[in-house]
Amino acid sequence: MTLLEVRDLHVDFHTRDGIVKAVNGVNYSVDAGETLAVLGESGSGKSVTAQAIMGILDMPPGRIPKGEILFQGEDMLTMSKEQRRKLRGAKIAMIFQDALSSLNPVLSVGYQLGEMFRVHQGLSRKEARAKSIELMDRVNIPAAKDRVRDYPHQFSGGMRQRIMIAMALALEPDLIIADEPTTALDVTVQAQVMELLADLQREFNMGLILITHDLGVVADVADKIAVMYAGRIVETAPVKELYKAPAHPYTRGLLDSIPRLDQKGRELYAIQGLPPNMSRVPEGCAFHPRCPAAQDICRSELPPLAEVGAGRGSACHFWKETLGD
Amino acid sequence: MGRYVVRRLLQMIPVFIGTTFLIFVMVYAVGDPVNAMFGDRAPDPATAAQLRSEFNLDKPIWQQYLLYMGKIFTGDFGNAFNGQPVTELMATAFPITIRLAILAIVFEIVIGIILGVLTGLRRGRPIDTTVLMLTLVVISVPTFVTGTLAQYLLGVKWGWIRPAVSPEAPAGELLLPALVLALVSLAYVTRLTRTSIAENARADYVRTAIAKGLPRRRVTLRHLLRNSLIPVVTFLGTDVGNLMAGALVTERIFNIQGVGFQLWQGVVRQNSPTVVGFVTILVIVFLLANLLVDLLYAVLDPRIRYA
Repeated sequence: MTLLEVRDLHVDFHTRDGIVKAVNGVNYSVDAGETLAVLGESGSGKSVTAQAIMGILDMPPGRIPKGEILFQGEDMLTMSKEQRRKLRGAKIAMIFQDALSSLNPVLSVGYQLGEMFRVHQGLSRKEARAKSIELMDRVNIPAAKDRVRDYPHQFSGGMRQRIMIAMALALEPDLIIADEPTTALDVTVQAQVMELLADLQREFNMGLILITHDLGVVADVADKIAVMYAGRIVETAPVKELYKAPAHPYTRGLLDSIPRLDQKGRELYAIQGLPPNMSRVPEGCAFHPRCPAAQDICRSELPPLAEVGAGRGSACHFWKETLGD
Repeated sequence: MGRYVVRRLLQMIPVFIGTTFLIFVMVYAVGDPVNAMFGDRAPDPATAAQLRSEFNLDKPIWQQYLLYMGKIFTGDFGNAFNGQPVTELMATAFPITIRLAILAIVFEIVIGIILGVLTGLRRGRPIDTTVLMLTLVVISVPTFVTGTLAQYLLGVKWGWIRPAVSPEAPAGELLLPALVLALVSLAYVTRLTRTSIAENARADYVRTAIAKGLPRRRVTLRHLLRNSLIPVVTFLGTDVGNLMAGALVTERIFNIQGVGFQLWQGVVRQNSPTVVGFVTILVIVFLLANLLVDLLYAVLDPRIRYA
């Protein structure tokens, strides 16, 4: 059984300027032990999808008019609030981008870690503390025993993100959603944190949804990739194939805009224009105003996510041509 | 921490000297206390001169101040207009006012914070708009209006309570006066808490707390409220001082013989020892309340460390 399957998910936001369709029919799935990377610019709907899975969307203004989110075969959108709360943290956990603002500044890290055990497993304060120290050891925080009483601001950025990871891992969940877990960190620390996350995932055989806009991170750890643009998945593929031959001009643009050593001195490629305003998404293919290969059909007709190969899909009218050259 | 407290206590000394000296000068500049003792009749010059030298009133004012301070530190605050030692007045007045202030603070904390949390979490909904409007009304109506009105309706017209508080001022009789006294501050506490809660409700750490699968109640009380209370505590701390001194109007309305009442008597009868003595104690209360607020900061927000 698939661990998590998102089917035709739609998310709207009701704002003063009208309805913003942030997510429009997203499908993806993750198996145990598998890593799915969700790639996209800000506003592409990648984080909103994750929040919908996690059940932490602000509703209102958010609304889920359509779709299913199956976790171990059960639709979470039809569950009671209490059922969902019990899944959160215990079965599905989330790691956020900025650990400094995501951890509570006035509670010690030991308290915040221990809360997981106290609330979900009913452990005593003392038992929870012992477990917290164990967890901190596990994510390689030096002198965990002395630092358990410290507050988030007393840790370095990398250590704080380790604490976030420890908190997500506390109850050995089946699925972890990491929303840009390394964006706020120094490059050297990024690699360490990613490695730690990958190791722990292997150890516990967890499913991992890695939300990022950093293609470099993805190549090392992901099994498959879903590229999102304007609330839709525009390309999905196993990671190696996508890097070798992208089947969507947007993906190609993203790959071309990675700085490479052998291109030193040459101007860095950039996709023209800006991502669309989500309350005024262009008609047809949302990417057409920025697409170097756009034709008339792209301006009028929305391309479906066509099957391009085994486990590969592309929402481009001209995927064959894109894949070909 | 210990060093910080000591430093703060030392800083209080110049503030204490400055404020008490100002009060001392003002009270003595306003009128002649010896004349005041005799009321409308002119005092016999010989008696007046004798009294002046007895109370050191013939000496320069700075010397008077030093002598007065010296006496205060031996526990001698002088005598009131009727010959009663000021310390005796304090012994009866302060317990009453402290009782009143504690009740008022409890009202502010309990009602103000509950209303603030409820409205902060439901911004823009009917309960929020209603409470917000009520707080505006309460803030704009002066205490003597609400006080007299409450006294008239509850005490005189419906007879639910005694309109005037008996001299011993038991806590039960102080409930209504305390509520009247607390009302304006209560409205401010509500508004402060509301803003703070609404602001912090969108914070990342609240989202994390929800993502951890914590029950709603725990998210609100442990994570959201704890962070939102910092500005509220500041306000409550400074309000302790205000409540101790500013009960003047309320105490007059309900005939409570507390600090405000005695201060009023002292001012009206130009009895300097009473006024200066009470104000001196109030200055100390104020300073200690402020120190307490600063220490509470460190408890509520560990990012604030005192070296």
